[in-house]
Amino acid sequence: MPFGQMERGTTVETVLTRAGIWLVVFILAIAAIALAADGAYAIHMGIVAAAALVALTATVTRADYTAAANSILRAPADPSRYDDDPIRWGIIATVFWGMAGFAAGLFIAAQLAWPVLNLEPYLNFGRLRPLHTSAVIFAFGGNALIATSFYIVQRTCRARLALPGVARFVFWGYQLFIVLAATGYLLGATQGKEYAEPEWYVDWWLTIVWVAYLAVFVGTILKRKEPHIYVANWFFLAFILTVAMLHVVNNLDVPVSIFGSRSYPVFGGVQGALVQWWYGHNAVGFFLTAGFLAMMYYFVPKQAERPVYSYRLSIIHFWSLIFLYIWAGPHHLHYTALPDWAQTLGMVFSVMLWMPSWGGMINGLMTLNGAWDKVRTDPIIRMMVMSLAFYGMSTFEGPMMSIKSVNSLSHYTDWTIGHVHSGALGWNGMITFAAIYFLVPRLWNRERLYSLRMVNWHFWLATAGIVFYAASMWVAGITQGLMWREYGADGYLVNSFAETVSALHPMYILRAFGGVLYLAGAVLLVVNVWATILGKLRSEKPMNDAAYDAEADRPYVPAMAN
Amino acid sequence: MSMTEKHKKLEKNVTLLGVAAFATVTIGGIVEIAPLFWIDNTIEEVEGMRPYTPLEQAGRDIYVREGCHVCHSQMIRPFRDEVERYGHYSLAAESMYDHPFQWGSKRTGPDLARVGGRYSDEWHVQHLQNPQSVVPESVMPQYGFLAETPLSVHDMGANLTALSRVGVPYTDDMIENADADMKAQANPMADTTGLSERYGETVNLRDFDGKPQKLTEMDALIAYLQVLGTMVDVNAAAAQEELASEKGR
Repeated sequence: MPFGQMERGTTVETVLTRAGIWLVVFILAIAAIALAADGAYAIHMGIVAAAALVALTATVTRADYTAAANSILRAPADPSRYDDDPIRWGIIATVFWGMAGFAAGLFIAAQLAWPVLNLEPYLNFGRLRPLHTSAVIFAFGGNALIATSFYIVQRTCRARLALPGVARFVFWGYQLFIVLAATGYLLGATQGKEYAEPEWYVDWWLTIVWVAYLAVFVGTILKRKEPHIYVANWFFLAFILTVAMLHVVNNLDVPVSIFGSRSYPVFGGVQGALVQWWYGHNAVGFFLTAGFLAMMYYFVPKQAERPVYSYRLSIIHFWSLIFLYIWAGPHHLHYTALPDWAQTLGMVFSVMLWMPSWGGMINGLMTLNGAWDKVRTDPIIRMMVMSLAFYGMSTFEGPMMSIKSVNSLSHYTDWTIGHVHSGALGWNGMITFAAIYFLVPRLWNRERLYSLRMVNWHFWLATAGIVFYAASMWVAGITQGLMWREYGADGYLVNSFAETVSALHPMYILRAFGGVLYLAGAVLLVVNVWATILGKLRSEKPMNDAAYDAEADRPYVPAMAN
Repeated sequence: MSMTEKHKKLEKNVTLLGVAAFATVTIGGIVEIAPLFWIDNTIEEVEGMRPYTPLEQAGRDIYVREGCHVCHSQMIRPFRDEVERYGHYSLAAESMYDHPFQWGSKRTGPDLARVGGRYSDEWHVQHLQNPQSVVPESVMPQYGFLAETPLSVHDMGANLTALSRVGVPYTDDMIENADADMKAQANPMADTTGLSERYGETVNLRDFDGKPQKLTEMDALIAYLQVLGTMVDVNAAAAQEELASEKGR
């Protein structure tokens, strides 16, 4: 293995330097536990100390852990080819965190239907909801983005990963970020800003990991043997750079003490609100859109075996998408104390954003020109088409909800939750599942997936799950919005708030049922990926049962009666 | 040279591509956010806003810790039904000392921007311990542990110092007396003249959780809830005059 070879080639000095760094981190973390001002901080420093100890042991013993890991993961030996170890780990991490995130989502959906499921204090809804959103966006989505970007940038540049050691640091460092963030929510260490909940030291750690990620990605592009940078890499580059900017600015804060988890954000009140939603909306725009469009631009043409529909369209929609998205944040603050001019600006740009969004959808769907029959025969293509359809639907719904008069009804209701999930479950989930199904046989040198029929089942379970989810949340949101503003003939409000809550109960149960279906589909993903890695092949009827049969291609001759 | 020909320059140089993409994504943020810091009427000039007392701020920290904003907004929109249900629409000034802001984006439960003074302390204690006992339809989790957990802040003065660094006008006097003020506010036997001098005569001075001998997280959280939306007398003549004169917001 290349990494193993590099390890063997390293000098004693390098090993000592590395071991020294981990030792210093370990001692600092132990000291921080002793001085900790609060329990969450102490536990976090314990996790950091444990991580440093593991890294220290791995460095000093110099055993070939990569080889050991590869034997457990049954990775093929391919020293002459691309550097795929961190990608294999990333795919497994994606599947693992995906299950964790979906299960957490199902649990909190059930809590809203049956509040008795809240277990104070650690498993109350208020602490678990950020755990769910971060697990699916940053753990499931983030691992998918890092793994696929490392896969795609190598293939489209015809070059191995630059800085292989740093690439491994990015993978492990990102997992540490996830563990610190998730445990922090349960322990109550939060900044109280949606999708930016982790406390200040976790933010600093993520910043370091992210800069390392940028270095590996750009370094690989610099090493490329192809003159052009492929369109998927434009999107990945914009995603990495913009997320860095958003993360740093939105997380500027003053810690109370360097030995405590509590900090106060630099921006408060109305300015804090706009900075937060400039961040929050573009976490959607760049993390969940630009990055996933990059996946789309590689995996859809590869799986369909057709070139990208339009080069010109990809240029136009790339630049207009990244320019317009940044302006759309204020639509989260319609009719609030944010000045009207900012709200209107946000609305106008959100509506304009519809066009570049559909530019991406059209470029993806039209790539299937000449290969549309595969929607019938290839469940992976079907997932990709469905993900693009949901992308198109939610990028139409979003601009519509950003119109102030629509927003006056939809805001604060479950309609928003439904909208987010048609994007997250439909677009992000489906394209990630398709990418995983594409990658696993290739990364593990398997002839094919364990079962294509299981992919088909996953597709239908996920699709049905989303339909239940989105439909129940539309009904819940519009019901609640209308009930809040309902006036009787006497000129008084008709409904108390509590009445609107009980009206939603059946919808919350239906939503949880949708979650069960979606999670069941993901269980099939786990089984399929696991069996494929083990090298098993399920003997099953092919998906295309209308294949040409020369034997049958002749006139029917009844058997002679005798 | 056609557009695609020109674009080839960017496609062949990752530095140019990165710089161009980064420049493109900075514009919107600068144009929308920067003016909020220098346009005068972004925050109304109304009477009554003061920084939270140490006990209220400690309660706010618990509110943030428990993720209350996930289900409760603190932002009343200027609609007839919201004003009737929750009170006067929220002003930017009313959250000017909120780091972080807690406007929220979802109302699984009702808005809390003006919940201060609406319910008794006893109602809040019972509701937080078992929400369904007072509102049977409620889907809110139980927070009984707050009444059992002693309020433990490592050094409240350090919290106020950090807040003063991000712009909340805490004086040295307030910071020095932070721990004492935090305890005094919920203690009916304490001398509160200093606290009233520092934060004003309208501060709620009483035991909040029904256990005067103990200072709990419940005391702090209810002290915070009871001050929400009460600092500015929005319906006073002066405030209404200020709001009527607003232009270009």
